[in-house]
Amino acid sequence: MRTSLNWIKALVPGIADMGPKEYMDAMTLSGSKGEFYTELDKNLEKIVIGKILSIEKHPDADKLVICQVDVGQEEPLQIVTGAPNVFEGAVVPVVLAGGRVAGGHDGSTPPENGIKIKKGKLRGVDSYGMMCSIEELGSSREMYPDAPENGIYIFKNRDDLKPGDDAVKALGLDDAVIEYEITSNRVDCFSIIGIAREAAVTFGKELKLPEVTKTGNSENAADYIDVEVRDTDLCPRYTARICKNIKIGPSPEWMQRRLASQGIRPINNIVDITNYVMLEYGQPMHAYDLSTIAGNKIIVRRFMDGEKFTTLDGQEHTMDSTMLAICDDHEPVGIAGIMGGQNSMITRDADAVLFEAACFDGTNIRLTGRKLGMHTDAQSMFEKGLDPNNASAAIDRACQLVEMLGCGEVVGGMVDVYSKVKEPLQIPFEPDRINRLLGTDLSADYMIKVLTALELEYNEETGVFTIPTFRQDLKATCDLAEEVARFYGYANIDSTLPSGQAMAGRVSFKHIVHDQAKRTAEFCGFSQGMTFSFESPKVFDMLKLAPDDMHRNAIRIANPQGEDYSIMRTLPVNGMLTSLARNFNRRNKNVKLYEIAKVYLPKALPLTDYPDEREELTLGFYGEGDFYTMKGAAEEILQSIGMRDIVTYDPNAGIPFLHPGRQADMLYEGQKIGYLGEVHPDVCDTFGIKGRAYLAVLDLPKLVEKATFERHFKGIAKYPAVTRDISMTAKKSILAGQIENVIRRDSGSLLENCELFDVYEGSQIGEGFRSLAYTLTFRAQDHTLEDSEVNAVMDKIISDLSELGVNLRK
Amino acid sequence: MNKDELKKMEEEALRQIREAENMSKLNEIRIAFLGKKGQFTNAMKSLRDLPKEERPVFGQVVNEARSNVTEKLEEMKTALAAKAREKQLESEVIDVTLPASRMELGHRHPNEIALEEVERIFVGMGYEVVEGPEIEKDYYNFEALNIPANHPAKDEQDTFYITKEFLLRTQTSGTQVHEMEKHKLPIRMISPGRVFRADELDATHSPNFHQIEGLVIDKNITFADLKGTLAEFAKQLFGPDTKIKLRPHHFPFTEPSAEVDVSCFKCGGKGCRLCKGEGWIEILGCGMVHPHVLEMSGIDPNEYQGFAFGVGLERIAMLKYEIDDMHHLYENDIRFLKQF
Repeated sequence: MRTSLNWIKALVPGIADMGPKEYMDAMTLSGSKGEFYTELDKNLEKIVIGKILSIEKHPDADKLVICQVDVGQEEPLQIVTGAPNVFEGAVVPVVLAGGRVAGGHDGSTPPENGIKIKKGKLRGVDSYGMMCSIEELGSSREMYPDAPENGIYIFKNRDDLKPGDDAVKALGLDDAVIEYEITSNRVDCFSIIGIAREAAVTFGKELKLPEVTKTGNSENAADYIDVEVRDTDLCPRYTARICKNIKIGPSPEWMQRRLASQGIRPINNIVDITNYVMLEYGQPMHAYDLSTIAGNKIIVRRFMDGEKFTTLDGQEHTMDSTMLAICDDHEPVGIAGIMGGQNSMITRDADAVLFEAACFDGTNIRLTGRKLGMHTDAQSMFEKGLDPNNASAAIDRACQLVEMLGCGEVVGGMVDVYSKVKEPLQIPFEPDRINRLLGTDLSADYMIKVLTALELEYNEETGVFTIPTFRQDLKATCDLAEEVARFYGYANIDSTLPSGQAMAGRVSFKHIVHDQAKRTAEFCGFSQGMTFSFESPKVFDMLKLAPDDMHRNAIRIANPQGEDYSIMRTLPVNGMLTSLARNFNRRNKNVKLYEIAKVYLPKALPLTDYPDEREELTLGFYGEGDFYTMKGAAEEILQSIGMRDIVTYDPNAGIPFLHPGRQADMLYEGQKIGYLGEVHPDVCDTFGIKGRAYLAVLDLPKLVEKATFERHFKGIAKYPAVTRDISMTAKKSILAGQIENVIRRDSGSLLENCELFDVYEGSQIGEGFRSLAYTLTFRAQDHTLEDSEVNAVMDKIISDLSELGVNLRK
Repeated sequence: MNKDELKKMEEEALRQIREAENMSKLNEIRIAFLGKKGQFTNAMKSLRDLPKEERPVFGQVVNEARSNVTEKLEEMKTALAAKAREKQLESEVIDVTLPASRMELGHRHPNEIALEEVERIFVGMGYEVVEGPEIEKDYYNFEALNIPANHPAKDEQDTFYITKEFLLRTQTSGTQVHEMEKHKLPIRMISPGRVFRADELDATHSPNFHQIEGLVIDKNITFADLKGTLAEFAKQLFGPDTKIKLRPHHFPFTEPSAEVDVSCFKCGGKGCRLCKGEGWIEILGCGMVHPHVLEMSGIDPNEYQGFAFGVGLERIAMLKYEIDDMHHLYENDIRFLKQF
């Protein structure tokens, strides 16, 4: 929404001297948020009315002339110009030497600080100023249709102007345009009157609405037109009036200027009137050429499915039966609330017009507009849901303007099909409740003063407010509280902290576990990343998932932003691999990332219940380090959240996007808590990571289940430890984990530590074999271990290892 | 041995001690003079050759000489040790400006850092941190928040739908309803989380972003309490001199509603690039919970009232850490992350 400040001032004369900044700031604080303002006279300095007294040829230039211009000073000013359209007696805007204009005459983007005009010589002849084109004045022919295509702006029929007057004011450029962000509930504020009403209450000044007097001759519009509304749900009200003997021509200066200041191009008097009233009242109007309305009958009905219709912009549309049509006796002449038809357009030959001011169902208009891909000013107004009681006021205003402008004869009476009259709402006045909600101590009188200034009617006897129908947003006491608060000033309300029962702030156990896991990941050198929750279904193939892999059962977004963002991830690794690849492409070395990423696992598809939103801690890196670096980081994380039992690794994890020989499921207390491995080289190729990369995924809900921050001191061992080294060769297929399992099982509580200190593969050992060497530390909590005790354990270990196929090296 | 000989011996010992250059030489001297077979031991032994009455006197002289030599030898030993330590230290000088060998610590995402700050502030004020589902029912995201079917606000939020019933939540406000439906009153909660809207990814928008919802419900919660709470929040987050400004606004689920600006924490309100010359920066939306919303969740609006607010996490992070482009937050470039 935007308004000319001068237009608002015309309705609120009490703020005539106010500048745009002061106005905008105050309006923002009372709820009509000003986004910015544009001063139309920015960079226009020392520009006055001049009258050309004489013109003579330039002695040395064919295309230049020398003008003597009366600018209200004692002596005429000599100005040299190349403009082709000057003539003696012309009244023009003149910028005096030392003044400033907004831009060049070619209409290109004006410089930030305008252009300074100095006196100078043109081909040897002194020139003391410049006559201005509309572009030099910072505007355009769009907004000033009477300006010439090429040349100086020339005032026509402006007997009110005399040389030396302020030309900026004469052009209506002494104005500022305020751009507002109006919230969707304030339909009434999408109009000059609505904004002016807010301004009047904001500044405590009187609102002077246009006085609409009775218009029309002794005839009756009903004799010219018949209106039948077949879908009253979609068209609660339809009003029509007739103007005949139309004289199409330009609208007057003042109207053109007001339209132009709002960014609407003046076209002709009738169209301008409908636009003017739309701006002023917030009620879109349409004018039909009455002679094109067959059977002098308007029928408001739905379109038929597949019906074709050409709007006045020449576009043909295919309609359907959800859309509302304005028809004559034969065919549609307009799409209700959106655009009229080419077949009923006002042309220069129009003799009589039918004005329409109606109220349509906002949702229906919105849906129709969306289906047709159309977006008109009228449509965006109707979409908000208009007050049907405003329609008659607006159409009367339009007819008044027709009479005022002398562009036609208004026929008396109005055809008004208004099936269900909208009655104003009643809200009981509860000043105590308003104070209780706001935390204020305002008097009832003060509240009544504010609310009645907003045109709410208070009945002292019943204690009830009657809400005008244009304030559809006011429905209950809390709404009245907001009206009181915003004019009292949010800034004037106290700042207190909530009273009442004190409460303990708290975060969940899960929160604490996640926090510790993040800290440990960071301690291990991993930085936190974040990636999107949705991704492309192509990811499944990129990750080499089998066709029947259950991770392919992803939740699809019905209206995604393209295929790449169309499914909710079921695995957390694509974001990680993409981030690693991006870093790799940007030549960042040794990148380690982690993410706490949700995956979304549907219980059934299509979705009938909330899916399982599982948080996964994903770690990924490339560069320095290997599988065991990742394994170490994963184990540090588990340690730090109190998961201190042994983690076992099952190499048969079957994860398609990891290296088949370098991957494992992680098991804790017999349950899978995650997996890790080297990224499959194919997958690295697909994502564009050269070299090796590693991933680990820890299932956070499982971690939270197993985590504990309970700690108990077990004392420091009092008795000495015994260490034994044990060295062996074994087939590579026998895993260290298996060997350690035997060692642990056989030594029971005596084993304090089992440390692998050497692994060797090579020529001294047979093909397919490797050697492993451990240091075992034994200790008893309650006595000094005897050699015999340790020997017994060692014998059992050695015998069991032999059984496993391990050769002990002596 | 007579006294003169003893004197000579003592002087010889002291001379050798003075001239000793290192510890081993000193040790040799100690053995030669003070050892079991050393000269002083021999001198003591020679007492036997003296007449009985001379023995005590001469014995005392020998002892004095011996302890003098011992003392000097100890002194020399200390001096030599100090010298040796000094030499060692001199030889061990390093260039302390060579690079450190560091554990390369990882870095936390700026969104997360901002979130932790916000959580800390509200937990300190007695709020509980709760979560809600990202794949949400239409009812909780819209209807229960006073946004019925066909309400234009539904369009404004450009929702991603999954089915007619399920959608990607466009706001964390649905958590308000889940919490209220538990009927455990009073409520003081914040709920951070991921939300989604059909915006193209650009410098200031992302289809996937985060909000933090706040909700307080009790018997006498007022708009003034909302103001006071947010003023405290702004001070703790942006600095003690931060002021807030509430502008009337509209949200379907609060009434009265407001948008909140904070005085620019970079320029203090004078106007700078960060606040685009305004002196104020918009950071959140808030209001008094609409009675209809309370009612729909089964809370009696005649008895209870409360306030709610919603903050964009990315907005806070970008403002606070002066991040100029939303893309950075989701690209995970290590050169970006390392700055936090």
